[in-house]
Amino acid sequence: MIAFTNNSDSEEEPCNERTSLMSAESPPVPSYQDGLQASEAGEAQAHRKRRTGSSRSPNNAANGSTSSSSVPVRESAVENEEEELTLKYGAKHVIMLFVPVTLCMIVVVATIKSVRFYTEKNGQLIYTPFSEDTPSVGQRLLNSVLNTIVMISVIVVMTVFLVLLYKYRCYKFIHGWLILSSLMLLFLFTYIYLGEVLKTYNVAMDYPTLILIIWNFGAVGMICIHWKGPLQLQQAYLIMISALMALVFIKYLPEWSAWVILGAISIYDLLAVLCPKGPLRMLVETAQERNEPIFPALIYSSAMMWTVGMAKPDTATSQQTWDTAEDGRVIHRSPSHSNSEILETRSPGAIHPVTSLEELEEEERGVKLGLGDFIFYSVLVGKAAATASGDWNTTLACFVAILIGLCLTLLLLAVFKKALPALPISITFGLVFYFSTDNLVRPFMDTLASHQLYI
Amino acid sequence: PALGLFLFTIARDPLRIIILIAGAFFWLVSLLLSSLIWFIAVKASDPNNEPLQKRLLIFGVMFSVLLQEAFRFLYYKLLRKAIEGLVALSEDGCSPISIQQMAYVAGVGFGLMSGAFSMINLLADALGPGTVGIYGDSQLYFLTSAFMTMVLIFLHTFWGILFFHSCENRSWQEIVAVVVMHLAVSASSFCNPVYVGSLVPSYVLMAVAATWAYLLSGGSAQNVRRFLLCKS
Repeated sequence: MIAFTNNSDSEEEPCNERTSLMSAESPPVPSYQDGLQASEAGEAQAHRKRRTGSSRSPNNAANGSTSSSSVPVRESAVENEEEELTLKYGAKHVIMLFVPVTLCMIVVVATIKSVRFYTEKNGQLIYTPFSEDTPSVGQRLLNSVLNTIVMISVIVVMTVFLVLLYKYRCYKFIHGWLILSSLMLLFLFTYIYLGEVLKTYNVAMDYPTLILIIWNFGAVGMICIHWKGPLQLQQAYLIMISALMALVFIKYLPEWSAWVILGAISIYDLLAVLCPKGPLRMLVETAQERNEPIFPALIYSSAMMWTVGMAKPDTATSQQTWDTAEDGRVIHRSPSHSNSEILETRSPGAIHPVTSLEELEEEERGVKLGLGDFIFYSVLVGKAAATASGDWNTTLACFVAILIGLCLTLLLLAVFKKALPALPISITFGLVFYFSTDNLVRPFMDTLASHQLYI
Repeated sequence: PALGLFLFTIARDPLRIIILIAGAFFWLVSLLLSSLIWFIAVKASDPNNEPLQKRLLIFGVMFSVLLQEAFRFLYYKLLRKAIEGLVALSEDGCSPISIQQMAYVAGVGFGLMSGAFSMINLLADALGPGTVGIYGDSQLYFLTSAFMTMVLIFLHTFWGILFFHSCENRSWQEIVAVVVMHLAVSASSFCNPVYVGSLVPSYVLMAVAATWAYLLSGGSAQNVRRFLLCKS
């Protein structure tokens, strides 16, 4: 989801970013023989959270503290000017989002191309119970549709659950859940990933070294994401986590189900964010009523600098890794807001905005994109790399398509100035280009290349 | 070289990157449509008829060239509108990026995409065992492909500049010249694997296009001389 925050202090500022939060269940690890599968199932379950950027932070800034030194005061009277400035900064922000999305995709594609493990079919997640090994096409299609229905309903249930939790202020529960999930993600998945990469390149590594590396990686990651840390390090960790999650999806979702799920998720994203009764929208409104920023977790922030003195026991970012599964919103923030938004934890509520703002330094305007968006973009490109017979052409085409979709979504964000779903346009473009490139362009290019003709 | 162009001139400015990606996108769409046409034609015809297939291929190539130029035109229109928007937004009333820069970037976008599509599978295969042309094909396959791709990328860049300039000044003969050049280059590639027939004319045309574009962009012989002699 993409949310746009104005750097305005006025309360009647109509353009607030909205965030929608998807409920995340804590992953009960089911008892399967394949422990890996089980843990990944649990992982995926917890991963089902969604998150939207909070829109209220500008108002928080206004309410919370007058000493918001970092907030460049912009009167609502000059709304037009703001609008222009926003659009003007638009290109820069687009690039700030291009780079991480590109990086994530590159990591996923590189891994898919080189490490065999992620393209082998070793079973399916619990969320996609129907197998696709059926003999007939119709049966396979039916199974994939059923798989999609199961998965989407799981997502919906979790979103509603999270919204309810938020409504009834069970913040501790949510935080604990998020911490648990990010723990598992950081340690377990990294271990598996590292193991597979080492296997591929035939590099031997003894256990103590492995433990040391993974422990360091995981610990720093937890600190960076949930608490404070250098912005770039946090961004790097978020990218890596998204890539790991995307790899899990690519491995464990059967072929046709993956494509149908991608399509269904973008539709769901559209509905959940824009419909008046959608869970995400309700979340946003609840947060607005309470004048709190919605869960800042599960959001990738592109430009934020804050002082080291900021004390933010921030589990929100752990939520980041889980939430943004389907609902990626880009939140456009003015400096102060982005700070309070990203760093603010849910738990103590009102206190945080004040403290955060007071300690804030001037930040650049940043844009926020939900991590779920990263994940699903990477899933699309990774699947294209893994399964397309046209290899790199298809991957490249999907990549360009997704970037263009992101551009358009950001443009719409600048126009509409409220939280927008980031998935639909990009995924639609990506899917269209994938199928058309694979089936139409590939034979053409192959024939051209074999005769060495150039167009 | 194209990558160098990209790094030095485009990567600094975010707006240019966006225009680049959009240009690549437009090229991609044109390729999609042209391959759709070719695909339909192939399906509708007899797959065993060898000369017919070859002719269909040629037809497909020509059609694709025409479509590419059409999309370049569409992209030009879009950029015109975008420039008006940017001018309205900027503080001092003039656009942060001129139409010539846009032309250049658009050209590079087109070129990069076409080059990527031509080369990338080749490059991926090049990592495999070193068996080039053991079935009697030319041994220089990779080399010539590389050179041809490079010349195509540059050509797209120059064509972009020429095309936009001619659209600005409404001089139709330039547009026609660009289209004809493109067709000529593609046609010359039909002479492959007699590489002399394709590479040499392409490079000649590229030199022509380069000087033309340079002159259009306001350069002159004196500028070149001053640059080369490192005068201030």
